[in-house]
Amino acid sequence: MSDSTKTVKLRIWRGDSTDGALQDVEVEANEGEVVLDVIHRVQATQMSDLAVRWNCKAGKCGSCSMEINGKPRLACMTRMNMFEEGETVTITPLRAFPVIRDLVTDVSFNYKKAMEIPAFQPPAELKAGEYRMEQIDVERSQEFRKCIECFLCQDTCHVIRDHEENKKSFAGPRFFIRIAELDMHPLDQLRNRKRTAQEEHGLGMCNITKCCTEVCPEHIRITDNAIIPMKERVVDVKYDPVAWLGSKIFKREGIL
Amino acid sequence: MSDLETHKYDVVVIGAGGAGLRAAVEAREAGLTVAIICKSLFGKAHTVMAEGGVSASMGNVNSDDNWMVHFRDTMRGGKFLNHWRMAELHAKEAPDRVWELETWGALFDRTKEGKISQRNFGGHEYPRLAHVGDRTGLELIRTMQQRIVALQQRDKRDNGDAESHIKVFAELTITEILKEDGKVAGAYGYWRESGEEVLFQSPAVILATGGIGKSFKVTSNSWEGTGDGHALALKAGGRLVDMEFVQFHPTGMIWPPSVRGLLVTESVRGDGGVLTNTDGVRFMFNYIPDVFKDKYADNEAEADRWYNDQSNNRRPPELLPRDEVARSINSEVKAGRGTEHGGVYLDVSKRLPADVIRKKLPSMWHQFKELADVDITQTAMEVGPTCHYVMGGIEVDPDTAAAVGVPGLFAAGEVAGGMHGSNRLGGNSLSDLLVFGRRAGAGAAAYAHANKNQVLSDATLLNASNRLNAPFTRNGDENPYTIHQELQQATNDLVGIIRTQTELEDAIVKLAQLRVRAEKVKSAGGRTFNPGFHLALDLDNMLLVSECIARAALQREESRGGHTRDDFPKMDSKWRQVNSICTWDGSVITATTQSLPMMPKELFDLFDPHELEKYMTPEEMTSVSGNEGGA
Repeated sequence: MSDSTKTVKLRIWRGDSTDGALQDVEVEANEGEVVLDVIHRVQATQMSDLAVRWNCKAGKCGSCSMEINGKPRLACMTRMNMFEEGETVTITPLRAFPVIRDLVTDVSFNYKKAMEIPAFQPPAELKAGEYRMEQIDVERSQEFRKCIECFLCQDTCHVIRDHEENKKSFAGPRFFIRIAELDMHPLDQLRNRKRTAQEEHGLGMCNITKCCTEVCPEHIRITDNAIIPMKERVVDVKYDPVAWLGSKIFKREGIL
Repeated sequence: MSDLETHKYDVVVIGAGGAGLRAAVEAREAGLTVAIICKSLFGKAHTVMAEGGVSASMGNVNSDDNWMVHFRDTMRGGKFLNHWRMAELHAKEAPDRVWELETWGALFDRTKEGKISQRNFGGHEYPRLAHVGDRTGLELIRTMQQRIVALQQRDKRDNGDAESHIKVFAELTITEILKEDGKVAGAYGYWRESGEEVLFQSPAVILATGGIGKSFKVTSNSWEGTGDGHALALKAGGRLVDMEFVQFHPTGMIWPPSVRGLLVTESVRGDGGVLTNTDGVRFMFNYIPDVFKDKYADNEAEADRWYNDQSNNRRPPELLPRDEVARSINSEVKAGRGTEHGGVYLDVSKRLPADVIRKKLPSMWHQFKELADVDITQTAMEVGPTCHYVMGGIEVDPDTAAAVGVPGLFAAGEVAGGMHGSNRLGGNSLSDLLVFGRRAGAGAAAYAHANKNQVLSDATLLNASNRLNAPFTRNGDENPYTIHQELQQATNDLVGIIRTQTELEDAIVKLAQLRVRAEKVKSAGGRTFNPGFHLALDLDNMLLVSECIARAALQREESRGGHTRDDFPKMDSKWRQVNSICTWDGSVITATTQSLPMMPKELFDLFDPHELEKYMTPEEMTSVSGNEGGA
């Protein structure tokens, strides 16, 4: 074992939809490694059937979402050196979604919600190749298109985190930025996206505690740049006390 | 097999990256039912990792650009081993494929006139890459994913069922292409989640499974890049063309070890990043090959002027094609001028202000800051070559993407061969998967219309099931993770950037030993989401593909593009006349050669004959220039 290698303590949740428990395990960690590296080492040396979802290992695909010491994070972007020496790192599956096995959850809720958001509606009079848009106008939507669909914002959102009953009527932060992205798209032709966000996708249930923004690995300003601007503009249509309160309390930068 | 989960579709697409999704859209628009199968969740495919952009000669930034210039650049980049027809179709159709994305909601960065902005990239004569910062692949896959959803929404409106024509089967691995009477009849696989087996009955199957990087130790590829499509095609009787050509991207991260191989986008160099060794020397000026001397600056002053005046200066040598830059870095490190971690320096901090770097290269800034504690706006990055892309792949008919020798099988994207010759230009991958994804979808749709009722025998199904279950049923005590590591070490040491005859022969012996041991892998645990079981099956594919690479590399006694032989260091015009072909008879892989299709005169005439003389034999020059009719 070299100087830069040390033994770390992990407590990993193992089980399935019926039952499960935390299991303690000790494993080597090398300099510069992330949580996903040590999980892989556990898999290769001690638990060959430990279920974990991952892909790019570069923070670009949003597959390895899990909860690390209770916080929703990407395992590939969480470095082991952020923990105290000797600290036991607890790794559990996303809490807002049903467990399949070990660290893998059923995130199909999100794909169902994606299906409910009407797609981009192109301008009929423009042919492919004729689109003209200013950089400054596309940038607002581009911020939301940075989303890697890790669903950490969905996992942390307390409207659904411990309230299964709300899932039916609440699309969640990931899909509020999808609606905002289309709403702010310079050439999208579909009207009333904000109103349907409120009436059909549960925008009004959000009380802008900004938990989603805090966990976003892409640093998308979900609450300030997507949710609040939409809430503000639908108050004409439907009275929303939270939006009103929000506009009084929160300082909002960067909203056009 | 009466309780077997069975689905029936007109077209089955294996792989949900850009090529697979574009193929699915085309097949659906032809009125057919389509299954999209992916090993990961929908929207996570490796396309997401593409950073720099998608190349298309739209001419938005420099109006001198057109398909002919793009065609020339592509052929030059591939050292004229490309299938001319694929390069031609690609250059001609790429602009339409990019513009089409905008009508589906893509938001590329813009020029001042409001058109799609285009950036410079290695080997491209003009600014040609449409991009969104350095996350173009994400934009592309999300746009395609959302296009699929839009078509499903339309089906829901029109037919009452979103999945009436397109259904996505996520986290499902295909282990076999099923054939009956010599024609494709379906695909067989298992749900990764439950381990349960699944049958897809279909007359047409499109392979869009991407690359093979996971056979190598240092790679930019994710776990999915295990060469599944290459191996599935081989096992179905298909042929792999030019497998010796593997692209090592010159700039991967090298420190800390856990991120070794992670891609550092070529845009860093396109936007002004320079490569230096530990002596502080900008070494690329010493490595400009003769064939590129007219196009690349041989001094720093001219190279620096190029960023502002491209008409009157030659390009900086940092923007040479990837194979040249990767070999140069390799040579510098070998000569003792590398960093302590075995790389060189790539620095953009001295060229651009910090806020511009963060704006133009946001994910690079993020990646280095979070994973290596390096602020690229202040200091240089340490970089070295990483296995990035395989030029070789399934031999296909360029116009229809039909796999040669297997009726009903189609292939597009990285898994298909021919398009990029011996070396792919950056940006030509995203355009490749759009152009040929669409063509594969159309090709498969036309074929499926004419071959609707393929039947499957019980014997075929039983064989597929037995092979799938082997890791559970056989005896043995081999660990799949250990064998995978040994495979990666062997390819790294023996089939890497620089190759020799003895090392390649050693590799073939080592791979044969690993194959024997892989037969003794027994999976522990149950069937539910069992990664040890998944790897046991993937290993078989990686071993097959690695052996093809080694055998094709041993056969080709020259150095060209992504294949460098220390014992045959020069390019040899005689070898330019042949492609390598790998086949599999059920136990042995055989590598042979096959004549390259001849470029028709109208494409030949796009080049200066003096340039072609550097690549072609005198006899070829005479015969092609006299070839009026085309091939």
